[in-house]
Amino acid sequence: MHVVVITKATPDDNATVRVDPQGVVTWGDKLVLNPWDEYAVTEAVLLQERYGARTTVLTLGNEAHDEALKKSLAIGIQQAARIWDPALEKHDSLQHSQAMAAAIRKLGDVDLVLFGKEFTDTANDQHIYMLGRQLGWNVVGSMLKLLQVDPTAGTLRLERMLEQGIQTVSTRLPAVVSLFDDINEPRYPSFVNIRKASRAAISIWDAAELDLALEPPAVEVLEYLNLPERVGNVEMIEGDTPSAKAQALVQKLMEAKLL
Amino acid sequence: MDFALNEEQRRAQEMVRDFASKEIAPTIAEWDRRQEMNPAILPRMAELGILGINIPVRYGGQGFDYLTLALVCEELERVDTTLRVIISVHMGLNSMGVFQWGTEEQKQMFLVPQARGERYAAFCLTEPGAGSDVAAMTSTARRDGNDYILNGEKMWISLATKAHHFLVFAKTDPQATPAHAGITAFMVTNEMPGVTTRDLHGKLGVRAGSTGWVKLDDVRVPASHRIGEEDEGFKIAMSCIDNGRYTVAAGAVGLIRACLEESVKYAHERSTFGVEIGKHQLIQQKIAYMQQWYESARLLVMKAGWLKNVGQRNTRETSLAKWYATDCSVKAALEAVQLYGAYGFSDEYPVERYLRNAKGGVIYEGTSEIHQLIQADYALGYREDKPLRCELPAYNEDAWLEEADLVPA
Repeated sequence: MHVVVITKATPDDNATVRVDPQGVVTWGDKLVLNPWDEYAVTEAVLLQERYGARTTVLTLGNEAHDEALKKSLAIGIQQAARIWDPALEKHDSLQHSQAMAAAIRKLGDVDLVLFGKEFTDTANDQHIYMLGRQLGWNVVGSMLKLLQVDPTAGTLRLERMLEQGIQTVSTRLPAVVSLFDDINEPRYPSFVNIRKASRAAISIWDAAELDLALEPPAVEVLEYLNLPERVGNVEMIEGDTPSAKAQALVQKLMEAKLL
Repeated sequence: MDFALNEEQRRAQEMVRDFASKEIAPTIAEWDRRQEMNPAILPRMAELGILGINIPVRYGGQGFDYLTLALVCEELERVDTTLRVIISVHMGLNSMGVFQWGTEEQKQMFLVPQARGERYAAFCLTEPGAGSDVAAMTSTARRDGNDYILNGEKMWISLATKAHHFLVFAKTDPQATPAHAGITAFMVTNEMPGVTTRDLHGKLGVRAGSTGWVKLDDVRVPASHRIGEEDEGFKIAMSCIDNGRYTVAAGAVGLIRACLEESVKYAHERSTFGVEIGKHQLIQQKIAYMQQWYESARLLVMKAGWLKNVGQRNTRETSLAKWYATDCSVKAALEAVQLYGAYGFSDEYPVERYLRNAKGGVIYEGTSEIHQLIQADYALGYREDKPLRCELPAYNEDAWLEEADLVPA
């Protein structure tokens, strides 16, 4: 079984993302493995340990995204490749899915593609479903628990987190699956895998190598804006007794339609 | 000269930082209040490989260099001193001593399980009546056939009730002159009949750790457990301390960083006289000093680590780093408490714990006063280091990674 995780490097959760007056975005001091994908990478490593799966991590982007690949390798993924071509400089989700589909065909024997819930920088997840469409594979979202993989029957049984509750489904492999953050406890890199990661050669595939005919992106980002400044007011609630204060607080919250 | 960390050092540092901040930081104040060690810590550090970070892979370790050991100590003490204390005794004072002085058979017997984290290790030099004055120790080891019979009491022993292996120093020749010439080192295990251990409570700091005493009553120790030659113990103890001090110094750098980072955070949060307190010049002065202490202490530690990596004797540099870094950590913690004002005086915020923990660092592993004597003696030419029978091996990446499986699957 061959499991692929698709990821990217995104700003650290604690980073302050800023747009300057010229519209240039500063994504913080450093980029990290997309936090949602720590779960996907961990799940792939668990499949590696439990079923002897082979594991690959893929990304699309310039060398800044090597960080996401290296971190994945340090956690235990076996190999990494980065797709990059100047024609992908302003790629949209559709191009992303086309490029990833080509990379997965190049790998040849992929059974399962895992994604974290979304890319945190753009809060985007449509590329996940687009990839399923490009490949003609089943797509299952919101995996909460992977119950069973049957490599001989080529099936996967899993639980999904829905608003109404938990749904158990099975799907044919190959499949594209996105997963939920409760699925596992993300692993840290191990010291030995840190060694392997720093020594790993990362393959770089361009459009020609992937036999990828790209049309101009259908979606164009026009501008980034800073979030509106948050303004808050502090008001001390007065009252003679604790219960009078509580009543005054409840009254104010109801007036503000917060209760 | 290259001040950059390599990718592997950086990632190891980040991994330990994640571990300490995610798994230890959320509950450390509570364990400190209870004066108990979180029982999950040692098994977790073992599982992650931290307990063997700088031991060669062929001896069960992770094969990283001595600089990475310092980075690990900094990250651990950034969260709590008790975490770094584990490394100081398990790795610095015991495992590195076995690595330096042990025979191949002893490395297999003691170092391998310690580096793998299957056995925890401690160091028993200090006694109720013998601290800085090591030669005043009264513990004895009497030869009896193929064994030694050990008697005595060791005090202020970190991991006293947690460790399996104790590197114990006792006098084989109580009449020797000078007195330190009659000391011998032994690896005593906690299963040996006659070994009793207890934790001490009521300490000012390192309350979330295990500190206690180890009592030896006619403990029969096989001669195969003697580390080094008979009467060679003082030299062994001093070289273990060179390594222990290095980890204390590196940890103190983490403690200064803790003071600095928490102070910067609070200086932005807290407002007085209509502005955040970071805008007040006397607050800025405290922050500036903390930054100065952090950077300068760290450079001294890195210098000592580099000397260890290249295999040069570093007693002098390590002593300087330990003295300076721990002194600065006390100053930084005092300033941090002051900066927090009344909140700094309460255990609602972590800075009072930093102050209590910092005070230990200027006492153990050579008081600041002892280090001043050492530094003056070197400068005045009263002291020089002679080659040892066994030196700490220089870091050699190929040798350290021998037997490591680094082939991508």
